[in-house]
Amino acid sequence: MSSARETIFQALRATSTPATRDIPPQVDRQEWGQSEKVERLTQQMSAVHAEVHHLADGDWIGWVNRELPQRGLSRLLAGGEVAQQLKQRCASSIELKHYQQPIEQWKSTLFNEVDVGITSTRGAIAHSGSLALWATIEEPRLLSLVPPVHIALLHANQIHENFEQMVVNEQWQQQMPTNTLLISGPSKTADIQQVLAYGVHGPKELIVLILEDA
Amino acid sequence: MSDQAAAFKHRINTALGDEQAHSNFRSAMSMLMEKRAAQFPDEDELLEKRQRANAIRAHALRNLPQLLEQLEQQLINNGIQVHWARDGAEANAIIHQLLEAAGAKSVVKGKSMVSEEIDLNHYLQQHGIEILESDLGEFIIQLAHETPSHIVMPAIHKTKQDIAELFHKHFPELPYSEDVDEMTQQARQILRDRFRQADAGISGVNFMVAETGTLCLVENEGNGRMSTTVPPLHIAVTGIEKVVEKLTDVPPLLDLLTKSATGQPITTYFNMISHPRQAGELDGPEAVHLVLLDNGRSHIKRDEVLLDTLRCIRCGSCINHCPVYVQVGGHAYGTVYPGPIGTVLEPMRLGIDQIGTLTSACSLCGACAQVCPVQIPLPKLINRLRADSVSHQNHSGVKGEGSLRKQAEVLSWKGWRWLYSSPLRYRLFSKLATRLRGLTPSSIGGWSRYRTVTKPAPRPLSELIKEAGFDHE
Repeated sequence: MSSARETIFQALRATSTPATRDIPPQVDRQEWGQSEKVERLTQQMSAVHAEVHHLADGDWIGWVNRELPQRGLSRLLAGGEVAQQLKQRCASSIELKHYQQPIEQWKSTLFNEVDVGITSTRGAIAHSGSLALWATIEEPRLLSLVPPVHIALLHANQIHENFEQMVVNEQWQQQMPTNTLLISGPSKTADIQQVLAYGVHGPKELIVLILEDA
Repeated sequence: MSDQAAAFKHRINTALGDEQAHSNFRSAMSMLMEKRAAQFPDEDELLEKRQRANAIRAHALRNLPQLLEQLEQQLINNGIQVHWARDGAEANAIIHQLLEAAGAKSVVKGKSMVSEEIDLNHYLQQHGIEILESDLGEFIIQLAHETPSHIVMPAIHKTKQDIAELFHKHFPELPYSEDVDEMTQQARQILRDRFRQADAGISGVNFMVAETGTLCLVENEGNGRMSTTVPPLHIAVTGIEKVVEKLTDVPPLLDLLTKSATGQPITTYFNMISHPRQAGELDGPEAVHLVLLDNGRSHIKRDEVLLDTLRCIRCGSCINHCPVYVQVGGHAYGTVYPGPIGTVLEPMRLGIDQIGTLTSACSLCGACAQVCPVQIPLPKLINRLRADSVSHQNHSGVKGEGSLRKQAEVLSWKGWRWLYSSPLRYRLFSKLATRLRGLTPSSIGGWSRYRTVTKPAPRPLSELIKEAGFDHE
């Protein structure tokens, strides 16, 4: 008996005549400068309930130290470089946790004892209002998913106009990591009678800190 | 009336009798149509985008075996294991074996229409595996033991009161609430523990990229990310047609998918998976498997007209714009895929002899083809299947071809052709019909229930024209 794979390929090959690629070029190509990209991104992200702040590059730790206690959030999870920087300057009222162990060893803590996850981002997409995150050893996938609040740090000079341009400009096809993610707002659903509700399975709040070079 | 036609009529009557569901569908569909339209303010730009998306999908289908081979090789290089299934039974068995080999007893699942197509949940439950839908809409209908009534919004037929009662019945420890935010938080609480404890996650796939070996998932809730990141094992299942060649093919399709489906510029999450957990990484599944399902797709591909169906990216906008769907809703179709796309897919999948009458529930208004992001000519395909269902030749290759052919209908058409193909016979007939107009019955079954029966005019048009002195012909 031939395998399922063989049967399927036989059927497909019998009817396929390979054709060369003929795809029309991209349609919606604007030529936005950085300030326009920041503006569009802010507008798109705010429209889907993300909270966006514009800060000078060195000020984000100050923002975290000031805002978290005010919002009654204290248990902060970070990884890699972000965790290193926080370790040095983080307020004493914040309990900083470093994502350094495989998830199996502390799943329950991650799910139950973290208020905020903070991550860097690879960049963003102005057109759709999306952050792009690549999973790394330092900043694992669940860091931006499990905690009820996600703070994302974004450098203003890393915003691309649209998704296609980002993929092309950065040649993503040469080096796709374990997980690539676009995040456009806090988790949401409209599955109950079409009523929009936030924070169903992922973060209830997404806070984007756009960092501009001083 | 055939059994399937009677059953379809019964489902339609049930649907039309449910005022609440009817009004839910109506308001939901108008909202979705409005939201979609707002995303595409420029008609010309939209047309260009649709042409481009069409070209991307058509290219992938023309090169399907080559791209599937490339995809398989790339996935294997990336550490993702690939399995092939000719039909639903094979896919279910493969998934069950993978779970058994891993000792997995509890599974969380992201939304997947292919898993509905193969009835995966029942199969796994029968084999002692606990499987929980984690998309809120799917979770709701799983609690209610129902099937999705829409491919994008599975619980659209339910009111918040229905859902509140359902939650209360299954989770009596939680306070009763009809508040949507509160119910959403309750679902979050219930499912969080399940994500944490699950042995495996199962998901569908929206696009597969041959060039990079990447599986792309589109979602708003985060349950898809949970299901594919927290448990140690991830099994993805999807149809073989979902492949595209290049990573740059994905952005234009994603753009049209979310805007067409729900009028969102993009969904909250776009999740691209290219590897299982790599050395040193701290989370993500240790093993990722992809089950590729044929289930009639390679057969559809043999037909150069019906092949267009395989371009579908499952946005559901044809459903949202269908004047039939909006009246009867998804369950009336009695199939996994409802609406225009279901009307084409399901007779091909299940056979015209089983479900071919679906093609009669279409006014050929063309709204579906007008909004389809990949330009599938749905009315043309529905018409083609109508022809196949009454055909007396046996050449189309669609299962159950000719099974809806009725002798009475054949004879009527033959008689019509006999009358209309000869000017003399036609003239005699029209004379006779006009002179005997007094004998027209006042009731002719279903047709006259809501309409008055048309009587022939006292004299045929051709006679009046002649008298008026126009030139003949």
